[in-house]
This record gives sequence, C-alpha cells and structure tokens, in this order.
Amino acid sequence: MLNFAIRRFLGAIPTLLILIGLAFILIRLAPGGPFDAEKQLSPEIEANLRLAYHLDEPLYRQFGRYLGNLLRGDFGPSFQYRDFSVTELIRSGFPVSLRLGGLAMLLGLVVGIFAGSIAALRQNTLTDYAVMTASMTGISIPNFVMAPVLILLFAVHLNWLPAGGLGDGDFRHLVLPIIVLALPQIAYIARLTRGSMIEVLRSDYIRTARAQGLPERTIIIRHALKPALLPVVSYLGPATAAVITGSVVIEQIFGLPGLGRYFVQGALNRDYTLVMGVVVFYGILIISFNFIVDVVYGYLDPRQKR
Amino acid sequence: MNRGRSLWSDARRVLRRNRAAMTALIVLTSLTLLVVIAPALSPFSFDDTDWEQMSVPPSLTSGHLFGTDALGRDLFVRTLYGGRISLMVGVVATIVSLLIGISYGAVSGYFGGRIDQVMMRIVDILYAMPFMFLVILLMVFFGRNIFLIFVAIGAINWLDMARIVRGQTLSLKNREFIEAARAVGVSTPRIIRRHIIPNLLGVVVVYVTLTIPQVILVESFLSFLGLGVQEPMTSWGALVNDGAQEMESAPWMLIFPALFLAATLFCFNFIGDGLRDALDPRDRSER
Amino acid sequence: MSDALLQVTDLSVMFATPDGPVHAVKNLEFSLTAGETLGIVGESGSGKSQTMLAIMGLLAENGCARGRAVFDGEQLLGLPASRLNRIRGARIAMVFQDPLSSLNPFVTIGRQMSAVLRLHRGLSRREALSESERMLDLVQITDARRRLGMYPHELSGGMRQRVMIATALSCRPALLIADEPTTALDVTVQAQILALLTELRRELGTSVILITHDLGVIAGTCDHVLVMQDGVAKEHGLVDAVFHAPRDPYTKALLAAVPRLDAPLTDQATRPDVADPLDKVLTVEDMKVHFGVPAERLLAPARILRAVDGVSLELRAGETLGIVGESGCGKSTLARAMLWLPPVIQAVTQGRVCLLGRELGALDGRALNAARKDMQIIFQDPYAALNPRMTVREIVAEPLQTHDAGLSRDEVLDRVAAVLTQVGLENEHLNRYPHEFSGGQCQRVGIARALILKPRLIICDEPVSALDVSIQAQIVGLLLDLQAQLGLSLIFIAHDLAVVRRISHRVMVMYLGKVVESADRRTLFEHPRHPYTRALINAVPVPDPRVEKARRRTVLTGDVPSPLDPPSGCAFRTRCAHATQRCAAQTPALEPLEASMVACHHAADI
Repeated sequence: MLNFAIRRFLGAIPTLLILIGLAFILIRLAPGGPFDAEKQLSPEIEANLRLAYHLDEPLYRQFGRYLGNLLRGDFGPSFQYRDFSVTELIRSGFPVSLRLGGLAMLLGLVVGIFAGSIAALRQNTLTDYAVMTASMTGISIPNFVMAPVLILLFAVHLNWLPAGGLGDGDFRHLVLPIIVLALPQIAYIARLTRGSMIEVLRSDYIRTARAQGLPERTIIIRHALKPALLPVVSYLGPATAAVITGSVVIEQIFGLPGLGRYFVQGALNRDYTLVMGVVVFYGILIISFNFIVDVVYGYLDPRQKR
Repeated sequence: MNRGRSLWSDARRVLRRNRAAMTALIVLTSLTLLVVIAPALSPFSFDDTDWEQMSVPPSLTSGHLFGTDALGRDLFVRTLYGGRISLMVGVVATIVSLLIGISYGAVSGYFGGRIDQVMMRIVDILYAMPFMFLVILLMVFFGRNIFLIFVAIGAINWLDMARIVRGQTLSLKNREFIEAARAVGVSTPRIIRRHIIPNLLGVVVVYVTLTIPQVILVESFLSFLGLGVQEPMTSWGALVNDGAQEMESAPWMLIFPALFLAATLFCFNFIGDGLRDALDPRDRSER
Repeated sequence: MSDALLQVTDLSVMFATPDGPVHAVKNLEFSLTAGETLGIVGESGSGKSQTMLAIMGLLAENGCARGRAVFDGEQLLGLPASRLNRIRGARIAMVFQDPLSSLNPFVTIGRQMSAVLRLHRGLSRREALSESERMLDLVQITDARRRLGMYPHELSGGMRQRVMIATALSCRPALLIADEPTTALDVTVQAQILALLTELRRELGTSVILITHDLGVIAGTCDHVLVMQDGVAKEHGLVDAVFHAPRDPYTKALLAAVPRLDAPLTDQATRPDVADPLDKVLTVEDMKVHFGVPAERLLAPARILRAVDGVSLELRAGETLGIVGESGCGKSTLARAMLWLPPVIQAVTQGRVCLLGRELGALDGRALNAARKDMQIIFQDPYAALNPRMTVREIVAEPLQTHDAGLSRDEVLDRVAAVLTQVGLENEHLNRYPHEFSGGQCQRVGIARALILKPRLIICDEPVSALDVSIQAQIVGLLLDLQAQLGLSLIFIAHDLAVVRRISHRVMVMYLGKVVESADRRTLFEHPRHPYTRALINAVPVPDPRVEKARRRTVLTGDVPSPLDPPSGCAFRTRCAHATQRCAAQTPALEPLEASMVACHHAADI
C-alpha cells in the first residue's frame, strides 16, 4: 500500500515540473511584453524595469529562479496590480473559488450519486427516463447559457436571489453560481453511477448474494454500492479539472472575485506572473488531487493490493 | 449467393430500434441542412448592419424571423451562419484529435512493452494539466486565428481517444484471430489494416460522436470569453455571449442561438449513446 | 410422491428478447426425494441452469417462470421476496460455476461467510466468525483463521470453490444446488471437490442437485439423473438404468459420443501405422520459455515465470502427438513457441525448433514466412479465432492470398470452396459472418483455414474444449478423417484425457513446464509410470456408474503450485505420496523406463 502511494507520488513530480515548464515557455514565447499594454515608456525606464524583473537573464536562469521562489511560496510580483504580489492575489482569490468549486463538487456528488442510483434501481421506468433526460440536458446546455437563463428567472423575474457579486459575503450570493457550476457534474455523475450500478447489479457476485437470501436492500447498500462507486472515484480527478475550468466562466458571469477572474484579466493584460501563478497553482491542486484520488482508489479496491 | 449479416448491419438494426437516437439523427440532419443551405436563401447577409432595425423582435412581416441583434443584423442568418462555424470547428477539431489519438493509441497498444509504457506515461502527464488554461493562454497570446482554434481544441481531446484506442488495441492484440493471422504469415501492415482497424472502428465511431459536442462546447466556451472567432464571423458561443448581455431587453438574442446549440449537443449525445448500445459487444452476448 | 422434497410440475421459463420470446424450459417435470442426489445433464441451451435459477427466483429481468416448484410443501414460484429470502441460503443453497466472479471481490471471505450466518442463524459477529472458521475446516481448507481475512482473488480456484461450498452449507440447508461446480477447475481439483461433496452430503444428510454437462461426473456422484435437451426432459431415472439401458435416442447418442478412458482401443488396428519413422516433421530440442514478471514491491527483483522449462519432442509424418496437462503446465505456450510466433519468441531463452529439417530460429523473415505454409494452428475458442468482421470466404482465402498472390479470384474461390467441402461446410456459408454460426461450425472454418495451404503439420490447441460433447465427437472424427486422407501430422493439446486417448498415437504429460512422462498411448493409459500421470488418469470420471462405484479413488491433495514459484527439485513432490528427500534436492531427468520415458526418481519402484 505504501509502495503504491510512493510510486504514485514520485510519478506526480515530473508531471508538475513539465507543467510549470510548459506554461513558462508559452508565456515567454508570446509576442509582446508585459509593459506593452501601458503607455509608452522611455527606453531607459523600460530597461531598468526589465533589469528589476530579471527579464534580461537567459531563460533557463529565469526558470530556475522561478522554481526557487516557488519552493518558498513566492509566486512573484504582479505586473498588473503593482502593489500586490501574486501570492497575495492568489490568497485573496482562492478562498472564493474554493467555496464555489468545493460546494459545487459536493452538490454534484450527492445529487448525482443519488439520482443515478435511483435511476439504476428503477431501470426503464419513468423515473429512469426522467433522470436520464435531465442529465442529458445538463451535459448539453453549457453553463454560460444556463447561467443567464437562471439569472433571468430567479433574480430578475422572481427576485429570490441576487444576480451577482459577492455582496457582503452573504451565502445567498453563492447559491446560483454553485448550482450552475454543479449542473454538468450532477448530470455526468448521475449517468456514470447509473451505468455502473446497473452493471454491478447484474454481476455474478450479486446473484450469489441473492441466492444466499440477503434482502435486496442490504445487497444494494452493503454489497453493490461500493463497487458501483469506484468509477465515480476515478472520475473525481477529471471532475475537479472540469469544475475549475467552469469556475472561470461562472466567476465572469456572476462577477465573483475568484482566481478564474484574475486569470482571465491577467491573460488579457499580459500579466506574466499572475497568469503563471494561477496556472501553476491550479496545476499543483489538480495533480495533488489526482494523487489523493489514486491512492484512495487503490485503498478501496482490494484487487490492487497484492 | 446470399449476403451474410455483418456486425454493422446488426448494429444498424439495434440503432433503428432506439427511437431517441433516430429522432436525434433526423433533427441533426435537418439542422445541418438548414445551416448549410438556408443562409443562401435569405435576403439578408450575416454582416448586413441595418441601423434602422436594431434589436427588433422576431416577426414574420419584417422578414427577420429571429429578430435582429444590437447592430441590426438579421439573427436568423447569423444563427445559421454561427452554426456553420460551430459545426465546422466541431468536425475539424474532432478529426484532428481523431487522427492524433488513433495513431498514438494504435501504435502504443500494438507494440506494447516499453514503447507502450513510455507513451502512456506521456499521456498521463498531459492528462493532469489544466489544459483549458493553456489554451486560453495560447488564444490570448497568439491571436484568434481560426486555424489555431482547431488545433488547440483538437489537442485537448486526443488524449481520451488515444487511451480508448490503446485499450481496445491491447485487448485485440491478444485475441486468437490475430495470432492465427500471424501463424499464417500475414504481414504486420496487413494485420493492422484488415484485422485491427476494422475492429477498432466501432469504438472510434462512438467516441467521435461523443467528442464532437465536447469540442463544440469548448469552442463556444472560448467565444464566450471573447477568445473565439473574430468578428464579423460568429459562432453559437459568441452569439450567446452577445445575447446574454442583452438578455433582459432582447431575450430572443439569447434564446435562438442557445436553443440551436443545446439541441445540437443533445442530438449528438443521444446518437452517441445509441451507437454505444448498438456497437457494444457486451450487449450482444446477452441475447 | 408425498415425501418428495422438491416437486417440479409443468415448469416453463421464457425470456423476452428484442428478437422475440425464447423458451428456455418447456413444461418440465421431475421430483427429488430427501437425501437423494439428482444430476441434471444437458448440453448448452438445454435449459438445465435456467430451471434451477427459476426455482431460486434468480432469473434475469426479462425472464419469467410458470408452473409449480413445490419445496417442502411450499410453492416457490411467485413467492414474495421476504418469504423467499428465508428459504434461500437457509434451506436451499446454491453454488455456482465460476467462484472468482461469484464471490464478492471487495469483501473478505470471513465477512461474506459471516453475513450469511448472521442473517439466517442470528449469530453475533464473533460467533459467526468462529463458525465460519469451523466450516472452512470442514471443507479441508488449511490455516482457516488466516484465510478468513483474505480476499477471493488471493485464493486458488479450488479453494474458492470450497469457500462457496462452505458458505452454502453453513446453514445446514436441506437442498444444495450446484451449477457446474467443477467445470472451471482442473481435473485433479475436480476430483477433490467431488469427493468433498460426496462426503459432506453423507455427513450432513443434504440432498443435492448437481447440474453439469459431464456424464462422468454424474456417473460417479449421483443416484438419479435427468437428461435435458432444448428445455425438455428427455429421460429421467436411476443412474444405473439410464446409463446402461437408455431409452431415449438423444440419451443414447449422448452416451455414444462421450469418449471414455476405458473404451477399448479397437481402432488401433485400423489406424494407419506411422509411415516412416525416420520422416521427422517436427523436432523440438530443450525448449525453454521464460517470461519476466515485474515485481510487486518497488525494489524487489523481477520474477521469472518458467512457462516451458526444457521440453523436447519429436513428431513423425502421419503421427498424432497428444500433450496433456492441467493449468499452468505450459502447453499453450509450448504451442506458440513451436510455431515460432513473434510475441512468445522473445521469451525463448533456449531451444530449437526444426520443421522439416530446417531450424526455424535460423531462418530470415522471408524464409520463415514461407516455412509457415507447412505448419498451421487451430484454437480453443472457435469464435475468438475468427475475425468477426470478415466473411468465411475472406477468412479462409487469406492464407492463399498471403502466400500465393498470383492466383486469380476464381482460382482462389475454387480452392476455398473445395476446402470448405472437405470440412463439411457448404457453399452458402461463404458469405456469412462468424457470429451467424454455431461453435462447431466456426471450428470447422478454423480447420478449413488451417488446411487450405496444405500444411504437413497442424497444432491443435484445445480445439474441442469449448464445444458440446456431441459436437466434440464430430470434430475429433473430422480430424481423424483428414489425417487419414491427407497424411497430416497433428499435435493435439488438451486437458481432456479421454479425447486425447482417442486421437493420439503417442502422448506426452506436462507439469509446470516440464515433461513428466511420454509414451505411446496404449502404454501410457494402461501402464502409467509417473505418479502424476496415475493421479490424472485416476481423477478422470468415467461415464459408467458401475465402474465409478467400484473405483478406489486416490485423490491428490493440494493445488497446482504457481509457475512463478515452483517447488525445488521435482515440481510434483508437494502433492506426491512417494516423495523423498531426494525429490526435493534433485530434479529428475526424463529417462526411459521400459516402454515409456519418465521423469521420476522412484518410478521403477512404484
């Protein structure tokens, strides 16, 4: 078990390094520099600025310097928001995104697993068709379509929920964003759970359990649920990536000051360090999460150990 | 001499029985025809601005079936034109990811051993990256070239295709009929051509049908962020973006493109599901 | 009739499929008295399994059962789930064919067994665990306490089946239903399990319904037998009566088709003697095929799987060499090595294969390809051996197109048609696809493909194991005919001794990658020398109740060791009653002993 975890961990490190390297190269290759967006600077000032930000050094040294800083938790200064370091920006933006994404993921799991299980247990009935159609809708309607529609309905016409912004941190401001972000996950997880549950319920070992006289409810909860959820556990990795991606749009639409918003602004304003910082930060997050999911899966499936 | 029932004709029969999938197929075909032909029949062009007819609601009398947008352009034609772009991006990017994915997966799966291990390692590493961010970076820094969009989006999706093709190739490689072909002395290229690839097609077809909507989604996502196709070219995503801004005053600007986008994605997903049921070998053995 | 434990009347099982209704069982009627062992025998599609599944309420969703199945006075069909669950597992228990898929892979053995005990006997967790341990002892599983904490995939096939039996019997049911319980096991392990079942039912007084396709198993274990075909009962009666005086034509045909180990070798005289003892078609010298298996722990060294560990053989023109052995003996790997097929060749660490005098390993690509014309193979799974997307014509024509590219389309078609006729298929089959055929027909297509290049040698890797008994007889007959007509040499690999005996001139027995005995068939089957050969022959059930009842079984203990970690010296010593110190220290070499070649230190003394 420990071996498994160590091997996975060692595998994750090169992934991270390559990610950072890739992002680094892409940004450095981009035409235009960080100062192009502003008013024209005189050549001396520009040269001084370049020196101050070490932009004159060869690329590999800049990279090394960057990695060194990363280990100390320093993502560098933001070019765009002059008074802030990227670390501070991440620290302010991440909690918002975390609440949004984390709750959306949770909602997705709970509702998705529940709906998928019910659909599997009532296969080919009206409930099943309803759940399947609803989840088909969830994957087919992009969140940037769903969001304005829901805003129109709940915020404008019915006036139940605020249309955007964080307000004073009141939870009601997060309700719509979380729901919109969660919808595709609910849909996908429901379909996944349903398919997996149906397959498990048809398996030989469930037939044995029935032959042993175990009541259906015990079979479903104690014997079928865990194997059926294994694919969902596997899916958690890509799901996180999807939620992070989706949050970029959601934060835009609802005007929430999260990391996704910072990223887009940074990209549009050529703020190298901010953009790098967000990419690296999210990269670390995804890779760590994948690692945890891998280990948890290995723990849950006894066929993996020995 | 009578013709045998190939697996394809069996699959066709199962698909035909799937009413949802057949309906989706009909809807999708009609939509595609509409998108390709109708703009030529309309008196308006997609970039005809008409300052006198700005944000006009849909009506039959004015000739603007879907109304107009903020610049007075006919929404009907623009929606269909946007459809062309969205569908084209969908198909082309999928073909890109298909070609990369199949070759990569087939090579990795067929040769196995060290080569497979290394190639799959690379896939694992790429899989862990927040691709969307990198694509956004690409779009921002290198301009909004439509060709770049195809490549970038295709580059995101080939990983899944490669994994699936590799898995299928691995399981095929050890099947007895491949061993039989080797024992007969059939050359490797012919084995790949006649024995492996035809047996991969089922899985590939299903996957392609399910990838197209994902790709269209990604493109509309990018357009929504303002990073997609350039004006006056438009896509459904861009139209939805524009429409969302005018949502309260001119809801038709949002509704029509959104409807078309959602319907298309719906259809592709239903057809993909139906194909998966029809071509899945497991289902057949239960009969 | 009134003391019948189970009375089945007018039972019909029907499945609703998209292609129309399928009637698996039609108006079946039989009864079982307490203490009786009833065997239900039939080929695939006979409905024997579906009958029992219907009675237990385990049919698939699209299945429905009608009629009456009265168990101890209670009609089981249509019983509400709550009532049925008090009977299932407690008064009627069932054991299935594949213990690996039938046990929950995510739950330990102990928990699975305890769940049943706690449910039906109301035991506490601790009581249930110790009772489970006692049950494991009862089924002769050693080290029971430790096994309770293991998962199914950590046990061997034989052990898993014992666990299933232990679980089934833990609540002392009145009736035990065993659905092909030994089909997935090696024949020596099968003998152990059958002996166990016989002993347990005597001890516990359980009635047993044993479902199988193997008439030998029925003859050795059951009192009564029910023969089924296509969902209908063909014959039902005492085992002695049915086997020795069958009345139904189907039963007669079935009994005639089953090859028997004790059948007289009358065809010895009619089998053409091997033409020229010096005309060697194939020689294999000291073949070793070792696979590297990656270690499980991070820093441990890689392990070696010695699939084939020093095998030599010789095959003459017109001769059939039978190779027998149980799982893990390496016979399939040997077949691939003899064919010099690329993936296996990389693992060959030593050894030569000479086909018609030419060493295959020394040939270059083109010459090797040309040599392949003389050596072909047919496989075990008839469907998997054919490309599902090619028609029969394309499949059989492919070898011709590969080697004789100059032939015109008509010439190819003619030769394909000719070879199809040779194997008993017709012209109208040319444009059909494999999935439209039965298993036996697909196997004929495989044989046609092997024949079309007119090879000197055909390697048959378990060609009839996946087929029904009556079809097996046909295919074996076809191979014998073809051999007589064309002077083919055959290597016939199988685990079914009776079939091997029918078709071979000489027989070779393998165990864990080595040859333990080799002789002509009469000598091997009448005077086996190696303890393993004797155990193997002893373990095969004969479809004759009188013979079976009279036999003294010496059941082999233990399971086949893993080829990854074979015992030192003689690999068989862990299960051999005659093992000594010398057997552990020194690996015996294959040496002549009278008319056989034997690899055993003590063969002469036994």
